[in-house]
Amino acid sequence: MSAAAPAPQAAPDATGAAVRAALGVGIAVSAYGVSFGALAVASGLDVWQTCVLSLFMFSGGSQFALIGVLATGGVAAGPAAIASATLLGIRNGLYSMRMSPIVGGPWWRRLLAGHWTIDESMAVGTAQPTLRGQRIGFWVTGGVIYVGWNLMTLVGALLGDLVGDVRMFGLDAAAAAAFLGLLWPRLTARQPVAVAVAAAVIAAMLVPWLPPGLPVLVAAVVAIAVGVTNVLGGRGA
Amino acid sequence: MTVWHVILIASSAVLAIKLIGYVIPPSLLERPTPARVANLLTVALLAALTATQTLESAGHIVLDARVPAIVLAAVLYALRVPFIVVVIAAAACAALVRLLGWL
Repeated sequence: MSAAAPAPQAAPDATGAAVRAALGVGIAVSAYGVSFGALAVASGLDVWQTCVLSLFMFSGGSQFALIGVLATGGVAAGPAAIASATLLGIRNGLYSMRMSPIVGGPWWRRLLAGHWTIDESMAVGTAQPTLRGQRIGFWVTGGVIYVGWNLMTLVGALLGDLVGDVRMFGLDAAAAAAFLGLLWPRLTARQPVAVAVAAAVIAAMLVPWLPPGLPVLVAAVVAIAVGVTNVLGGRGA
Repeated sequence: MTVWHVILIASSAVLAIKLIGYVIPPSLLERPTPARVANLLTVALLAALTATQTLESAGHIVLDARVPAIVLAAVLYALRVPFIVVVIAAAACAALVRLLGWL
């Protein structure tokens, strides 16, 4: 779930521009809820479990990570699956801090905003020039994706139930392509590219030596080492 | 631990992180290091997941139909093809390679 907001058009009406950006991003992102639903069922979850993940967790990267680790390690890899999903969710906390002054209002509004704070709602929201546009962009994007992502998850899970052999339809390769798609928009500078390459190599090298799920967690240490020392970083984040 | 436990614990943790951001003061964001670590953590985890999902099979590294599929996916992402199209193309590529018995 990392589609960038389309370039803001020079529209006189900031509200209309925010709604258009929100609908464009929201509908495109919702569509690949189908791939999550199908892959979740293929990894051994039932339709209910798949839908609860999209309803309750509602964060694409974390959801894909959870089912990816469960698919290779089963319930025995449960702790590693939880850790992977949680670590991938940390960025949402930063988005929340960024959105908090924009959302404002009573506690129940912040509670709902928290649930809907994801890559896309933050990106569309903060890309708008006015406070009103920022609020509209955030809420419309979050709402459209929440409804669409959950509907498409259900469709994908039901379709996945019909598909028998995962490998014959290339669904294992689809999962790899999904992770790459979430990663791709983040490879914008030398530092993230170097971290990505190092993490991929370390995780692959550790696969024969560690239980499923752990190679991914060990590879994450690269990010902490590079992030704290800021090697290859240039100026700031 | 059952699959339901895994789902509910992980979902609660991910949701809690989102909510915490709305109650703690945003001054943490002004310091570059926590923000940089969080961004790079996302990059490292997604890259590691891409690698293991492409190469791992029952605890071993295996080069099979997933490798040409991920290469195709990388090329299509570089050409700015939409996510859902790339995912379907990668699946079709792997299925075709297996059907033809190449890998």
